[in-house]
Amino acid sequence: MPAYAKTVAAAIALWIAGATGQASAQVKVGAVLSITGPASFLGDPEKKTLEIYVDDINAKGGVNGQKLQLVAYDDGADANAARTFATRLVEEDKVVAMVGGTTTGATLAMIPLFEEAQIPFISLAGAIQIIEPVRKWVFKTPHTDKMACEKIFADLKQRNLTTVALISGTDAFGKSMRDQCVAVAPKAGITVAHEEAYGPRDSDMTPQLTNIKAKTGVQAVINPGFGQGPAIVTRNYRQLGITLPFYQSHGVASKQFIDLAGPAADGVRLPAAALLVAEKLPDSDPQKPVVVAYTRTYQQKTGQPISTFGGHAYDGLMIFVEAAKRAGSFDKAKVRDEIEKTKNFIGTGGVVNMSPTDHLGLDLSAFRMLEIKGGDWTLVQ
Amino acid sequence: MRALLSHRLVPVVAMAAIVVLLPLLFSSAYYYRVAALVFVFALASIGLNLLMGFAGQVSLGHAGFMGIGAYAVAIGPTHLGVASWLSFVIGAALSALVAFVVGRPILRLKGHYLAVATLGFGLLLAIVFTNEARFTGGPDGMAVPRLVLFGSSVWGAQSWYWIIAASFLVGAVLALNLIESPTGRALRAIHDSEVAARVLGVDVAKAKLAVFVVSAIYASVAGSYLALLNGHVTPDVSGFLRSIELVAMVVLGGMGSIAGSLVGAALLVVLPQTLTFLHDYEHIALGLIVMAVMVFLRAGIVPTLARALDLRRA
Repeated sequence: MPAYAKTVAAAIALWIAGATGQASAQVKVGAVLSITGPASFLGDPEKKTLEIYVDDINAKGGVNGQKLQLVAYDDGADANAARTFATRLVEEDKVVAMVGGTTTGATLAMIPLFEEAQIPFISLAGAIQIIEPVRKWVFKTPHTDKMACEKIFADLKQRNLTTVALISGTDAFGKSMRDQCVAVAPKAGITVAHEEAYGPRDSDMTPQLTNIKAKTGVQAVINPGFGQGPAIVTRNYRQLGITLPFYQSHGVASKQFIDLAGPAADGVRLPAAALLVAEKLPDSDPQKPVVVAYTRTYQQKTGQPISTFGGHAYDGLMIFVEAAKRAGSFDKAKVRDEIEKTKNFIGTGGVVNMSPTDHLGLDLSAFRMLEIKGGDWTLVQ
Repeated sequence: MRALLSHRLVPVVAMAAIVVLLPLLFSSAYYYRVAALVFVFALASIGLNLLMGFAGQVSLGHAGFMGIGAYAVAIGPTHLGVASWLSFVIGAALSALVAFVVGRPILRLKGHYLAVATLGFGLLLAIVFTNEARFTGGPDGMAVPRLVLFGSSVWGAQSWYWIIAASFLVGAVLALNLIESPTGRALRAIHDSEVAARVLGVDVAKAKLAVFVVSAIYASVAGSYLALLNGHVTPDVSGFLRSIELVAMVVLGGMGSIAGSLVGAALLVVLPQTLTFLHDYEHIALGLIVMAVMVFLRAGIVPTLARALDLRRA
């Protein structure tokens, strides 16, 4: 049947043409970020980082012989918009992977789409619910609040302190971290003797701190919180003359906090990523070259100070790129498998070792304990 | 022919035609989703339009009712073991009840005072959804179980498009009927002059309260659909910005025009999607377009265009 054969031949020819046509096209990497709106201080550095490094990768010849194309959308920190843009990335842009999801709410809203479409999704949001329970196609790069609690507790243990009081913000971050700290405290041998809370826009926390001061047996105070609340708590803490060791969270790990709290910040300890103290790390530190290079590149290209949030985007993009290189293609299933096999990847957030049961891959060594001295960070040895 | 064209159900027939013909242009689930969102917000806008466009009462807290509807279909099946469809109905009933209780004192206020009171109401609900983390999942929100109808679960933007679009048409017909009813005429009388309406024997307080309750039900139903369509709900569904967005849809489309609600919703849902190619200038472009509409089509898109058509015909 020559007619039949001809049709088959034509079909095969078309298929090959289509396949090669696709091969020469750019490979699209999606990103839905909160570039504007209340979470823009997270989303903006993330977007800039992705742009800088996608250009950088393309200038060096791309990945697997193909250039990457970043398709970034702004969800304005609205989970509904995030879901719409995620649909667009999957259905219209046909991305091979997604590096994004600035807030936990947006990430959780987008997860079902990527699971359904079977596209690797590396989230840049904080909460542990994103990777617990483990979802086949979902990964994340930022440390979890739980790890910050564990890091603080480990430091307390070293100082032989076991009884703490918590004063937490009621914002998303403060609440989530407070819950995690209370949950892991018994395992770490820490007793939470007293708890206080304040609203995100409160301007004086003296009453709560007076309660803590009056409480006997408290050996240290932890302040899970975000924004300017912790700076006010720190000032009030010194004004009341409380001398107990004081811990802040990684949520305030920015120069802005030191500026806001002023001299009151002296002696405050907090867990933070190595990125913040890039230049101060010992040369033997495996993360040093990566964080120093990222810091220089980012500051040079944007003229803005470094933040750990952009670092998370760098880690996400690089984990994807390395996985795609190992897979030798952009086949989504193969790339996903390779992301899961990521071992000893040195990022700005720490050394990443993923496994089928751990889609974050960071351990406590990713956090450094810092102490503020004379208006600057110092490493606690 | 003229009489036929000016029949009150003409806009409904036109909108039904849009609902049926639109999918011919759709090439993927993405289009279905955006269209479904348009109809969700159009539904909420119709309710708000009854309140603003016909009764002349402003509400800056209407997203609060969307939040009640959205969280009803999330909390009902998850925490209370109530079926999704029943939670949907309970949510609408709860919104109506809340509107009834809150509306009584609030609707005595006028102008800016009413705006501020409704604004406060919306903010309060958003705070409740954020802080009652045990039930609502807090600021990160919670997952919404899929709707199960007749033994099979509804999934995918395409099925939701048909369900939501059909509900929108039903909502539009009901609204048009309400406007032509004695209550509707009473509402328009209140809009023009409360004193005159009272003199003519209209029970102003009752009529205002009735339309407030009805508009709350519209918003609640839209909120439930939004939550079910997204499969996840966060407190920003009832946020201040969402309330403003609804008001903007009503005003842009045209106060007192049911078809205008659809046009306003379509404009504000579709524009952010089409303007993404402008990247950093997206918001400026959006603002300029909205300003241009307000300046050149002052009565709203649909009423202004309808008047222009009428003039040409005359």
